[in-house]
Amino acid sequence: MAAVTSLGETSLTGPAKSPRGMQAGRRKRLNLFRYLVFSVFGLFFILPLLAMLRFSLEGNQLGTWSLAAWKEIVSYPGPPPLLSSVEITLELAVITSAVVLVLLVPTMIWIRLRVQWIGRAFEFLCLLPLTIPGIVLVVGLAPIYNFIRHYQLSALQLFWCYVILALPYAYRALSAGLGAIDVTTMSEAARSLGASWFTVMVRVVAPNMRQAILNAMLLSSALVLGEFTIAYLLLYNNTLQVNLYFISRATPNASVLFSTSFAALIFAFILLLILSYVGRRRRTRG
Amino acid sequence: MEGLRREYGPVVALDGLDLTIGPGELIALLGPSGCGKTTTLRLLAGLEDADAGQITVAGQDMTHLSASKRDMGMVFQAYSLFPHMTVRQNVAFGLRLRRVHAAKRDQRAIEMLDLVGLSAQADRYPHQISGGQQQRVALARALAIEPQVLLLDEPLSALDAKVRAQLRDQIRRIQLEVGITTLFVTHDQEEALAIADRVGVMREGKLEQLAPPTEVYSRPATAFVAEFVGLTNRLAGTVSGSTVTVRGRDLPLVDHSTAPGPVTALVRPEAVTLASDRSGESGPLVGTVIASTFLGATSRVTVDLGDTTILAQLSTSDATALPAGSRVALTIRPDPVLVATDAPAVSEA
Repeated sequence: MAAVTSLGETSLTGPAKSPRGMQAGRRKRLNLFRYLVFSVFGLFFILPLLAMLRFSLEGNQLGTWSLAAWKEIVSYPGPPPLLSSVEITLELAVITSAVVLVLLVPTMIWIRLRVQWIGRAFEFLCLLPLTIPGIVLVVGLAPIYNFIRHYQLSALQLFWCYVILALPYAYRALSAGLGAIDVTTMSEAARSLGASWFTVMVRVVAPNMRQAILNAMLLSSALVLGEFTIAYLLLYNNTLQVNLYFISRATPNASVLFSTSFAALIFAFILLLILSYVGRRRRTRG
Repeated sequence: MEGLRREYGPVVALDGLDLTIGPGELIALLGPSGCGKTTTLRLLAGLEDADAGQITVAGQDMTHLSASKRDMGMVFQAYSLFPHMTVRQNVAFGLRLRRVHAAKRDQRAIEMLDLVGLSAQADRYPHQISGGQQQRVALARALAIEPQVLLLDEPLSALDAKVRAQLRDQIRRIQLEVGITTLFVTHDQEEALAIADRVGVMREGKLEQLAPPTEVYSRPATAFVAEFVGLTNRLAGTVSGSTVTVRGRDLPLVDHSTAPGPVTALVRPEAVTLASDRSGESGPLVGTVIASTFLGATSRVTVDLGDTTILAQLSTSDATALPAGSRVALTIRPDPVLVATDAPAVSEA
């Protein structure tokens, strides 16, 4: 009956659209919606950046343009020099990512394979730093860092702190990667073929978590590149963020504040883009 | 395997299992979910530890040996190929762990892939081949290490019917060709009966019967085996002496020591034949066809006998002559039958 009614209506209103035509129309509307959402969020994201760029390039008088604020970053004599801060921050990013991965990857695989019952407790521990404000962490860590400073160790010692901060993000990324593969079956297959537990982890499970590992690295690095509070409060003035802050404070030119902030953001973006590009290329090959 | 026992909390998965597999033999373990067949396989593979009992392979005690040292090839129900390795690398993985020289390893991998007919796919990744092909590669990978025992854990259950039948035959062909001792676990009776030298029917952690497929089917040791393997009509009957009387027919008993009295007789559908009845008379073996299920060469016909229904398996040409509503007279072939004394003597198909 429904078919008859439908046919009747069709004959009155003209030729019906083919399913392919309807699909194309729907896809067009969907694409329009996507572009709209993307544009709104893009503007929300890029407008403040453009404003920063503009303020960093604006001269002393309105309507004039100058690179003076950018030159001041480069010519900043220190201490510490800007390049040394970049170096220290990059080293911190590498050390933090490496330590986080060394700690988490084998532990999480082991928990998934052998001691699933402690999985929840481990997740809770890893996510705990999310709930602890930076200032509280600093209060707790200050005595330890005062002790470390007594031995005049470098700012690289901050990695202890950054590892704790990066744990929740890295855990989530790795957990998603582990959840996407059948770890149990793969490890049992490898074991039946003669693989030791170490071989199972290194040669079988970890290679299948490559994207998750890259994501964890990306998030840990992003955290280190943007971290200011802890380094500043623990008086490590030679990390990039803290140094940029001091550069902006040391000059009477307000535009330097914007040029330094913008420079820090661009630096972090480029680095993260490189990491993400490397991950994508490897994934395409795999 | 001697006296193998495995418990999961209060649940006894294996209850003193004894099983001996001869060299080059293929044994299929068959049973409902939770009967302990997969646990048996996992204990043999070393993926789980037995609470009691002993596992011996070629005179060597394997009970406490880790899975990686047992030298057993295993094919899993789930696709278990390593996604980051090519088909060739997957097959060569076990050989690599055994430090076989690269050239020899590669040659062996190709030989194994030839055996399963997949050498052309050697450089593909698992996601680039079908499910059936993945299981064939898994079989090649398991065989590449020349294991003492091949363990197959429902390797066909994720495949569609046609691929399943093809791969089942291929597994049997390869097993005979290689001559490897094999334990095959399945819940599919057709699969077990088609592939195995002997079929072990399991129930609640114990072996109910271990015998060649024809014997398991035609001379089941217990009522459970009779009902689990193939379809069975449950008909009320009375035991007296060495026979059971079912709807006025005397049928010989499999177990002559059955106590006299009311029982439920288990009669195979193929032991029931039908003929058109035009007499109009009623009787215990006269009924009306209520449904007919086409199975290809044969058809299964359901007959209403008034107080119960009964299934008969006939050739499709015979079944076509008896459409629904036809009056039919039944004959039960005097094959030895088993009786269930645990179930109430209620007639049902």
